[in-house]
Amino acid sequence: MWKTVLRRLLIMIPQLIVLSIIVFALAKMMPGDPFTGLVNPNTDPKEIIRLKREAGLYDPLWVQYGRWVNNLFHGNLGTSYIQKVPVASLIADRAVNTFWLSLLTVILTYLIAVPMGIAAGRYEGKWKDIVISAFNYITFAIPGFVIYILGLWLFGYVLGWFPISGSVSGSASGFWGVLGSRIYHMILPAVLVAIISTTGIVQYLKIGISDNKVEDYVKTARSKGVPEKVVFNKHILRNSLLPIAAFFGNTITGLLSGSVIIETIFSYPGMGQLFMNSVQQRDYTTLTALILIYGILTLIGNLLSDIIMSIVDPRIRIQ
Amino acid sequence: MEKQSDLLLDIQHLHTAYRLQGKFYDAADDINLTLKRNEILAIVGESGCGKSTIASSIIGLYDHKNTRVTGDILYNELNLVGLNEQLFNKIRGDKIGIIFQDPLASLNPLMRVGDQVAETLYYHTDMDQKARHARVIELFNQVGMPKPEEMYTMYPHELSGGLRQRVVIAMAIACKPEIIIADEPTTALDVTIQAQILDLLEDIQKQSESGIILITHDLGVVAETADEVAVMYAGQIVEKSDVKTIFEHPLHPYTRSLLNSIPQSDDDRADLHVIHGTVPSLKNMPRTGDRFASRIPWIPASAHEKNPQVHEVEPGHWVRCTCWKTFHFEDEDAKDQEKTVSGE
Repeated sequence: MWKTVLRRLLIMIPQLIVLSIIVFALAKMMPGDPFTGLVNPNTDPKEIIRLKREAGLYDPLWVQYGRWVNNLFHGNLGTSYIQKVPVASLIADRAVNTFWLSLLTVILTYLIAVPMGIAAGRYEGKWKDIVISAFNYITFAIPGFVIYILGLWLFGYVLGWFPISGSVSGSASGFWGVLGSRIYHMILPAVLVAIISTTGIVQYLKIGISDNKVEDYVKTARSKGVPEKVVFNKHILRNSLLPIAAFFGNTITGLLSGSVIIETIFSYPGMGQLFMNSVQQRDYTTLTALILIYGILTLIGNLLSDIIMSIVDPRIRIQ
Repeated sequence: MEKQSDLLLDIQHLHTAYRLQGKFYDAADDINLTLKRNEILAIVGESGCGKSTIASSIIGLYDHKNTRVTGDILYNELNLVGLNEQLFNKIRGDKIGIIFQDPLASLNPLMRVGDQVAETLYYHTDMDQKARHARVIELFNQVGMPKPEEMYTMYPHELSGGLRQRVVIAMAIACKPEIIIADEPTTALDVTIQAQILDLLEDIQKQSESGIILITHDLGVVAETADEVAVMYAGQIVEKSDVKTIFEHPLHPYTRSLLNSIPQSDDDRADLHVIHGTVPSLKNMPRTGDRFASRIPWIPASAHEKNPQVHEVEPGHWVRCTCWKTFHFEDEDAKDQEKTVSGE
């Protein structure tokens, strides 16, 4: 199995190279450069050219690319055009916020989706399945932002159960006070995103269970005198979880793109909100760095998904 | 005189009906069969004639909502029809083992094959994990698997078809069951492996003194292994006898047609005999008259019984309907040959 993981890690190297080239090309295609904001009518154009030459903007593209990659390895993501601070420090705090929000969302997603999928698959055609399917179709059909805004309005504004913006209350003090406040701020957005993200998992699990239920090996297990409860948990369920493991990478990617919307709606200071702001303010260096990070996270999500698959399914391990 | 305990399974008036669009249709219609100790009983017939239905009725593995089983399946005076699941789980795997057709599909792809065999032992014996492991190794040896220790930790996809079927057989015989049901055990295997698996089944039967119900559509398999043969057509048993009689002296038109369809090495016919048409589907199956009549249309209706019954033609040889008395094949060649075969 470790061979599979190692091989899978090696595959990531060309993926990362391709990703970095694409991101670099995008950055080059964007209008403007670090000195655009410094220009005023009194600036000597020759001075600008001199600055640009010093910054290496007239070097061949591959030299610029090499320098950019080298900087990346040293944690230098460039300087924000707008805020005039290193992008790395701009992202760092927000990345932590997004990480915790995403983690809570993933946990909630599976906590909600797995029991629902099992119930729908197990009681196929019964009322439980019908209710869950109906719920599934509704959450699938309604765009995420509609549910987020409705949730924000109902639970945050009308009922006032949850805070409607920020990541921590200013009045929170002490370690536990801050932690509690942070979690309190994350619950509503995390639950709302989790509800939207359950659709695929519930559906995959349900279909997996109803497919596996009629497989011959299940009949074999029953013919051995294995009690029905064990047949379900040990034989049917485990085989039905395979597509969920495969879907994990997809869930991660979905969360990342979802974070842009949910963080903007909830004014939650994370990477998603930063992304949205950077787009609006045309902060290209920050955007480039964020796109690169999102790309890497997507690759890691898929890597995790493949590793989980190779743990649970012996058939895809490489000998 | 047979001893009472020699009778392992006594199936009487078994009807198994499946629900199709709200109505029940008999897929196994009035089945009467017995299985004795040390006996291999073959159930033969085309696809869709109800062979596997009998198997699933015996071990009680059918969709209880859409299947209706009536009649008696007596095992040691215990009626398996309508037996509650808890009791049935004690019998399944312990007293009755079953081998299914497709050895790959019959094994859980995510479990080591050794553990899958050990699972049977877990539910039917008091063995601890070590004892179970040792028993599995012993079983793997018995079913002729090379390097049983290594095999234990393999996954189904790592084994060849023949080895997989050996695992399935090891699973079925793990608790030394009295009855082994082999549902087309060799259909998914290639011919050389088929012979090995059949030999293995015969060996097991001899060693354990169990009774085997062998379900197959392959008459070659029947001739090689079976003691008793029941020929099924469209949910009914049409002929039942010992294997020698069936092959040397078949009576029912269906049995004769089946046998006539087997290629012979000394056969100089250009074409093989073909039975016209197909087995009618469950829904369209005629419920009155001779069900095989539509496939031998040249036989006049008067030759068939109105309500065909099973007759004991000679001791131990049962045939349904009386049409066999006047039956002949449609084409003359076959007819001539038939005369020489059955000329008494």
